[in-house]
Amino acid sequence: MKITTSAVAGTLESSDVYVKAEPCGTLEIEIESVVSAQFGDQIRQTVQDVLSSLGVDSGRISLNDKGAIDCVIRARVETAVRRAGGEN
Amino acid sequence: MSKLVSSIKEAITQMGLRDGMTISFHHHLRNGDFVLNMVMDAIAEMGIRDLTVNASSIFDVHEPLIGHIQNGVVTGLECNYMGGKVGRAICEGLMEKPVIFRTHGGRPSDMEKGTSHIDVAFIAAPTADPMGNCTGKYGKSACGSMGYAFADAMNADKVVVITDNLVPYPLVDYSISEIYVDAVVEVEQIGNPAGIVSGTTKITRDPVGLKMADYAARVIDASGLLKDGFSFQTGAGGATLAAAKYIKDIMLQKNIKGSYGMGGITAYMVDMLQAGCFEALLDVQCFDLDAVESIRTNPKHMEVTATHYAGVSGKSAGVDNLDVVLLGATQVDVDFNVNVHTDSNGYIMGGSGGHSDTAAGAKLAIIIAPLTRARLPLVVDHCLCTSTPGSTIDVVVTQRGIAVNTKYGKNQELKEKLLAARLPVCEIEDLKRMAEELAGVPKATAPQGRVVAQVLYRDGTLLDTIKAVK
Repeated sequence: MKITTSAVAGTLESSDVYVKAEPCGTLEIEIESVVSAQFGDQIRQTVQDVLSSLGVDSGRISLNDKGAIDCVIRARVETAVRRAGGEN
Repeated sequence: MSKLVSSIKEAITQMGLRDGMTISFHHHLRNGDFVLNMVMDAIAEMGIRDLTVNASSIFDVHEPLIGHIQNGVVTGLECNYMGGKVGRAICEGLMEKPVIFRTHGGRPSDMEKGTSHIDVAFIAAPTADPMGNCTGKYGKSACGSMGYAFADAMNADKVVVITDNLVPYPLVDYSISEIYVDAVVEVEQIGNPAGIVSGTTKITRDPVGLKMADYAARVIDASGLLKDGFSFQTGAGGATLAAAKYIKDIMLQKNIKGSYGMGGITAYMVDMLQAGCFEALLDVQCFDLDAVESIRTNPKHMEVTATHYAGVSGKSAGVDNLDVVLLGATQVDVDFNVNVHTDSNGYIMGGSGGHSDTAAGAKLAIIIAPLTRARLPLVVDHCLCTSTPGSTIDVVVTQRGIAVNTKYGKNQELKEKLLAARLPVCEIEDLKRMAEELAGVPKATAPQGRVVAQVLYRDGTLLDTIKAVK
C-alpha cells in the first residue's frame, strides 16, 4: 500500500496511541511513548510488522503512545495507514 | 501583650533564624498553599542559607523550592509526600543530600522522640487571634482539620503563626493553643481556596474502577469485620470512594452501626457519619468543602493530631484500632511490598502519607488498583521502592482477581472466607501473569544513580532508598 495523503488514528487518552501517517520518500518511524523504557523495542517491532504486512515501504509514521497494548497499536497503525492510502 | 509582628521577615529576624537551621511547614492548604513559598522567598531575600525544610507534604505549587535548592538556600528536604514536579527534579540529582521521607505517623513521633528537631515552625492558619490561638475551621482559606501542624507547634523551638483572618482575642474554638506560639503575622492571603479544598471528589464511573470497588466491598463483607463497632479508613481516589459507597449500602441494609471513620476526610465519609454508619470521624485533614463544614458544625466529627491518628510515640493511636483500610499502589511486588513513592520509571511522585501507618495498624489492609495502568503491570518481581512492607498488607484487589497474602503465616482463614463468598481469589503471581499476557512483559528497568532519597518507616528505621534516574 502506498501512503498518498496525511491521516491519523487513535487518541491521546491513557492506554491508547495516536498515530499519524504522512507521505515521505523513505520509510521513517518515530515513536514517543510513556512506556518506552519498558516496551520501546516491542512497539517498534510491532509497527514494522504491521507496515510490512500492509506492504508499506515509504512514508513517515509517527506514534504518540500513552501505554497502548499490542493489539491496540496494531489496529491504530493499520487504520492510519489505510486512511493515508485512500481507504476510508 | 501582643505577639503580632509586622511581616514575615520581621518574624524570621525575631525568631533568630540563621544558616543551617531546620524549619517546618504543614500541608493542609495542599496545592493552594502560599505560605511555604512566601516564607522561603523572604528567607532567600534575607540571605539565610543551608536550611533544611521539613514539610509534611510538598506539592507541585511548591515548585519554587527547586530554585531555592539550586541557590543553596535549601540544602535538606524532609517530607511524607512529594508531588511530581519537585520529585522529578530530585530524581535528576537536584540536591546533594538525600531527601528524608517519613510517614504521617512517623513525622510527629520523630519530633516527639527528639530524633527530628525543628528550629522554627511556620503554621499556616486560616483563622488566628493576636496571641496565636488558631484553627482551620473558619476564614476565607478554611481547610478544616490542622492535624499535621500540632506536632510542629508543640515541638519546634520557635513557632510563627501566619494568618489571613485575624480575629480578636480570644479565639474560642481554637485547634492550636497560644501556649506554643511565639509570633503571629497577618498577610493578605495564605492560599488559593480552589487549591485548598476541592469540590466534591466524584465517585468513579470507570467500569474497571467500579468492578474493583465492588470486589473490595465484598472482601470486607466476607471478612467478618463488617459488624457493629466497625472502623474504617479510605483514601480519596475515585475507586476507593466507590468502595466506600458500596460499604455504606451494605451497612444501611444490614443496619450495622460502625464505630469510627478516619483519615483524610471526604464528603462520602461525612455522608456515612450522617447516615449513622459511624459514631464519629477522626479527621487529620479535610479533602473537600463538605468535610470542612462538618468538622466546624458536627461535634462527632473530631479533629485529631497526626500523633493521635497514626503516631508511634503516643501510648496508642487511631490506627491501632482500625478494622479495615483501603489503600492505593503504583506497584505491588510478589511479596506484597507496596510502592507509593515512585512511578514505574523510578521518578518520585508521591510518598507514604499514612499508607504504612494504617497498613500496620489495620486488621485488614486492602490494596485496590487496576491490573495494569497504561500497559504497565501492577504486580512486579521487585518494587522500585518499598513504601509499605508486604508483611502488613493482607489483600490485593484488582478487576481481574483478588490475591490474599498468606506468605507471612497469616490470612489462611480469610482466604477460605473469600473463596466461600465466591470471590475470584488467586495468587499474587497470577495477577502478574494475567497482566503480562494482556500487555506484554516489560523490560526490567531500575534507576542506577546515587541515592537521592531515604524512606524511613514509621518507627524511624530505614526502609528503602530511592536512586537517581539517569
